[in-house]
Amino acid sequence: MSWIDVGAIEDVPPRGARVVRTPQGCVAVFRTAADEIFALEDRCPHKDGPLSQGIVHGSSVTCPLHNWVIDLATGQAQGADEGQVRTIALKVEAGRILLDLALLAARRAAA
Amino acid sequence: MNARRKPRLIVVGNGMAPGRALEQLFERAPDSYEVTIFNAEPRVNYDRIMLSPVLSGEKTFEEIVIHGDGWYADHGVTLYKGCRVTHIDRQARMVATEGGIAESYDKLLIATGSLPIIIPVPGHNLAGVLTYRDLDDVQAMLLMAQSRGNAVVIGGGLLGLEAAAGLRERGMQVTVLHLMPTLMERQLDPAAGHLLKQAVEARGIRVITEANTKAILGDKQVRAVALADGTEIPADLVVMAVGIRPNAVLAKDAGLEVKRGIVVGADMRTSDPDIFAVGECAEAHGQVFGLVAPLYDMANVVAAQLAGDAAAQFQPTATATKLKVTGINLFSAGDFADGKDREEIVLRDAARGIYKRLVLKDNRIVGTVLYGDTSDGAWFFDLLKRDTDVADMRETLIFGPRYAGGAQADPTAAVAALPDDAEICGCNGVCKGKITAAIDAQGLKSLDDVRARTKASASCGSCTGLVEQLLRIKLGDAYNPATVQPMCGCTGLGHDDVRRLIVAQQLKSIPELMQALEWKTSGGCAKCRPALNYYLLATWPGEYKDDSQSRYINERVHANIQKDGTYSVVPRMWGGVTSAKELRAIADVVDRFNIPTVKVTGGQRIDMLGVKKDDLPAVWAELNAAGLVSGHAYGKALRTVKTCVGSEWCRFGTQDSTGLGIKIEKFMWGSWTPAKVKMAVSGCPRNCAEATCKDVGVICVESGYDILFAGAAGLDIKGTETLGHVDNEPEVIEVIAALVQLYREQGRYLERIYKWAKRVGLDTIRQQVMADRERRAALYERFVYSQTFSQHDPWAERAKGHDAHEFAPLRDLSRLEAAE
Repeated sequence: MSWIDVGAIEDVPPRGARVVRTPQGCVAVFRTAADEIFALEDRCPHKDGPLSQGIVHGSSVTCPLHNWVIDLATGQAQGADEGQVRTIALKVEAGRILLDLALLAARRAAA
Repeated sequence: MNARRKPRLIVVGNGMAPGRALEQLFERAPDSYEVTIFNAEPRVNYDRIMLSPVLSGEKTFEEIVIHGDGWYADHGVTLYKGCRVTHIDRQARMVATEGGIAESYDKLLIATGSLPIIIPVPGHNLAGVLTYRDLDDVQAMLLMAQSRGNAVVIGGGLLGLEAAAGLRERGMQVTVLHLMPTLMERQLDPAAGHLLKQAVEARGIRVITEANTKAILGDKQVRAVALADGTEIPADLVVMAVGIRPNAVLAKDAGLEVKRGIVVGADMRTSDPDIFAVGECAEAHGQVFGLVAPLYDMANVVAAQLAGDAAAQFQPTATATKLKVTGINLFSAGDFADGKDREEIVLRDAARGIYKRLVLKDNRIVGTVLYGDTSDGAWFFDLLKRDTDVADMRETLIFGPRYAGGAQADPTAAVAALPDDAEICGCNGVCKGKITAAIDAQGLKSLDDVRARTKASASCGSCTGLVEQLLRIKLGDAYNPATVQPMCGCTGLGHDDVRRLIVAQQLKSIPELMQALEWKTSGGCAKCRPALNYYLLATWPGEYKDDSQSRYINERVHANIQKDGTYSVVPRMWGGVTSAKELRAIADVVDRFNIPTVKVTGGQRIDMLGVKKDDLPAVWAELNAAGLVSGHAYGKALRTVKTCVGSEWCRFGTQDSTGLGIKIEKFMWGSWTPAKVKMAVSGCPRNCAEATCKDVGVICVESGYDILFAGAAGLDIKGTETLGHVDNEPEVIEVIAALVQLYREQGRYLERIYKWAKRVGLDTIRQQVMADRERRAALYERFVYSQTFSQHDPWAERAKGHDAHEFAPLRDLSRLEAAE
């Protein structure tokens, strides 16, 4: 595990998302109304839409391109759509968000 | 006299009872009478029972109309609205009105209804003291409620409590004064009355029982109500709802027999056999009636008699009452006074707020009071009316039909078990067999179908659940109960209901709305949130704080997202006119930010495609410097006003179409609408600006301006409809702003103008925007007010740093090699 501090919880708007750029592509960091934090690869499994730009509701996000709904905890597409987004391990310590980017790199290398 | 002429029937009054009588008459004996109605109220027949939902904002007047103008026309009925009959001359068989109209009759039907009782305390005639009887009263209350001041309702009966709940919903501080120790003592026993008092108080309504009103205080306008014990309660509005008395003056003056009401026989004829009386003004079998079911029974007898069925007789039966206050369930029927020969079965569940009481005599139900859970009301009432011996099921009777004589677990089974002659709709006297037969024979599919064909659940609506269960039993899965399409899976409410409830319940934020309207999801979804954000914004301009997280990304970052995640940027070009300076600024921006594609749009402006999100604020800052502002090409908002060159250059131009287009665009930009709005102004009927397929179009002609609307040229293609003709530019702008405001207030989110117009009707829009000058002016003013909050260039705000988090990554690790 290699934890990297990407910012404070307050830097992400509630019911919103921010992007973390990495050499392996963008990661979307979501904050729900209940202040839960999730990180997913910023690519919809459908047509690569930037999930970070979607509307966050409950613990899901709706992709801005074609309205796929993705569960933030599992990365699974909801409803009739099939597909999964990679989730990125994270932890929150003292209000800071730490991402495990090694995992992302490893998964992408394996893909 | 022409021997073949139809006999003349004159009806005095146009309430629910005579409405029903005529309906039945036309069904039994079409075209047998030439009918004239004199209605003292200036309107058509409406469902008076539903005035309370209108007061609380849950329904509109249009929704409670029983017979629209078309119905009268279809049946050849002459309806005088706002025309009071002052005299009946029985010798000459004539009636005369206030306005000097005199008409002769062969048969006369008196349906003058009732008058609210006014307690003759000092001050009862001050301004601000109202009764609760008709739509005028409701409108007067709504007007007063705008002050959000204090209201005192005198009378804690059915009407008084409904009025109190409605006024509370409208934001007033409400006190109910009731003379008796418990509320609704005529329908409820003291225990249920007490539960009801708690429920009413839980809504923020103060209830004072054993309150004896001594005087109403004030100078010209009411100021307070004084009680006999010396208490003074401040009041800007006093509603007297202490009861009604039959309105029999006209009949008495005509020499007809009158006691409490107009005395009629079982055949509904008065002491003059050619004169009938029906409704609350009539006294039959020594009783007067106020609930709708017996009044409709009377109406059916009148119709039968008029159609020649001399055997038809009115027999009063037991009636049931339901309180129409959303969230309070209350049902009572029959006689529930204690008595030596009576027994009772009572079920109490205080934690769930449930109280059920059955009063039995000789093993038969004679009365029932249900509070909290009224779902078994119809079943108990059926047993009561049938005089059924309940000895065998007495053990489990109070638990309802699910447990009586077996274990029927689901409510549908209970309804399925009802006999065919069980009454489902008490208001309209419709039994189960009639509904199921109609579903079978006429292929009915929806609640609206059943209401239209059988009337079941079409009056007070309290049996709606039973009717729906019958549909479910008959149609199985083919029955889709959603007669109103819900907004989304998060709610059962449709767009119109939500909009109405936002106003009625003064809902001013998305969390508050979701709480009040019982949203099924914790945070809504991508469908409802943008819609709610728009509805709140349009309803409360200047008050509601826009929730950017509930907006689609394009409206959040004021640019259009493209398939690769980049954005396109379209500056406004007012009326499609640009300049060298603007074009130069665009060229510079394209060069500096390496914008890959520049394209001319269909709306006469320039689109820069492929802008990186991070670059947007800097791009906007440069465009702003040249005077270019956001074109809202991304929004549910005013897009473009396309123009031709008009009289300034064109040899055919009749008016300055370019100048007018610019004026309209400068006036209307920034306004949020349910869906995008595109406009155009053409300088002559050759129509080079293609105004005839826009949401709103103007065609200039020599004599002025033709205004068009409801065109489409996208998914659907549709020519515009004519809105009207006006003479000058200021009037063009006023009409268009009023039209757009009406659309902003009525349109469903994502519903374009042409769809909205189709739904509500072109004529109603023309009526409100063109014909009704007052209405137009009010709409225009609301538009102007809302514009004071919306005309800020969103690009300039963001170029200065607003919402900076939208345009910068949380952290950029792209140059960091996978560390540690």
